[in-house]
Amino acid sequence: MKTFKGYKRPNGTFGVRNHVIVINTVGELAGVANRLADLVPGVVPVIQQGGTSQFPEDSMQTIRTIKGTVGHPNINAALILGMGEDDFAEQIAAELREQQCKVKAIVINKSTSLEKLLVDGRAWLQKVYEESLEDKRVDVPITELTIGLECGGSDAWSGITANPAIGVCSDMIVDDGATSILAETTEAIGAEHILARRAINEQVAKDFLTIVKNYENRILDTGEDIRSANPTPGNMVGGLTTLEEKSLGCIKKGGNAPLQQVLKYAEKPSAKGFVFMDTPGYDVESVAGLAAGGCQIVLFSTGKGSPTGSPIVPVIKIGTNPKLYEIMSEHIDVNAGTIVEGKKTLQDVGEEIYNLVLKVANGEKTKAEQHRNQEFAIWRLAQSI
Amino acid sequence: MKVNNAIKLHPSDNVVVALNSLEVGEHILIDEIGLVQEVKDKIPYGHKVCIQEIKKGEKILKYGECMGIATNDIKVGHHVHVHNVRGLKESERLVSVVDFA
Repeated sequence: MKTFKGYKRPNGTFGVRNHVIVINTVGELAGVANRLADLVPGVVPVIQQGGTSQFPEDSMQTIRTIKGTVGHPNINAALILGMGEDDFAEQIAAELREQQCKVKAIVINKSTSLEKLLVDGRAWLQKVYEESLEDKRVDVPITELTIGLECGGSDAWSGITANPAIGVCSDMIVDDGATSILAETTEAIGAEHILARRAINEQVAKDFLTIVKNYENRILDTGEDIRSANPTPGNMVGGLTTLEEKSLGCIKKGGNAPLQQVLKYAEKPSAKGFVFMDTPGYDVESVAGLAAGGCQIVLFSTGKGSPTGSPIVPVIKIGTNPKLYEIMSEHIDVNAGTIVEGKKTLQDVGEEIYNLVLKVANGEKTKAEQHRNQEFAIWRLAQSI
Repeated sequence: MKVNNAIKLHPSDNVVVALNSLEVGEHILIDEIGLVQEVKDKIPYGHKVCIQEIKKGEKILKYGECMGIATNDIKVGHHVHVHNVRGLKESERLVSVVDFA
């Protein structure tokens, strides 16, 4: 059995990082959360701008995402900052403490003042951060690994180099008995029938077609029609002939494995193998959803060099073309542009990504981590109230 | 070492993608599958070249999947793009889902 060196959590999950985080339930506390993280070097701020004045569907999605983030296997301990009488910080903290996660909630207006929040928060973070330094990595079966598949800032090479190379890696991960989650429902529009045919049964196929249809309907409600607007004239100049072809170039990050399950945004898979998560095309929100759903590492293809990272999971950047690597090598972990140059095959680059996944699982820092790219945002379905 | 100037994304594909722009009479080369083929049209990089004769109404296979239907007969070495390929109609896409069930 293949293994990686990870952190064992009391609830039986395994992390590839050992972060102590501070997170805010409402946007009003973004500055305070940042300030607390500054007070204790080593603590990672997970900052979001929503959380209040939301319709129920968004409130539920926000709670699910924050709970998934705080209870994530890469997290050693978390401080949740909340505000007001009906804040959900304490509820999340209580639920996660039952799962033996190290979590504290501080809610201003209710239990404490802003000044006391900073004093108490700093003291608690200082204590748990020092405790976190004692943790040692242990051997973990590779079947405990879950990776997310994402793209951002795509170009004409994305579907030819980086995405299918990620697909090779995804198939290897699935063959190992681990889990790989493809995201971005918008990108599947036009090739949904192809992915649906890969489902393990009719229910999973229907689940997948339903999330695509729902997404498309929400877009149609705004007056936009993705299906007839694609491929764009620019795509056609680049060589894309049909919508199916464009979408296939995105979903081939998922390789050729059977589709086991379809997840809500930020939902944890109950199946191993290849699964799909309903997320938007906006990379920051999509990566946050994948992470909250339990992915310990995210693979991210980019043609334009999107620097998107995550505060809680390592993001591995795979560049699609040689020019990007020349200009932005400090942001790119794997150069799939070698395929364009005819020097390497998809299989070569897929194996290169796979080997890097194992190194990163063992602790090697990705470029996004080195640059502290810690973007975080929760997908919103409706407008603010 | 020979350097490839095209890529075949799946073994069952009937098209390959040019990695450089090619002029009429130049050859596509994919070392690992031993493919050498003269091109009969000017092919911009990133565009597709036919490597197996495709009849009108037959599927264009890329990534091992059907990405469109030929609207004319397409001969080996020719450019495969919007002038000789169309996307699937809604009814054709539905059939493939029923196939699954």
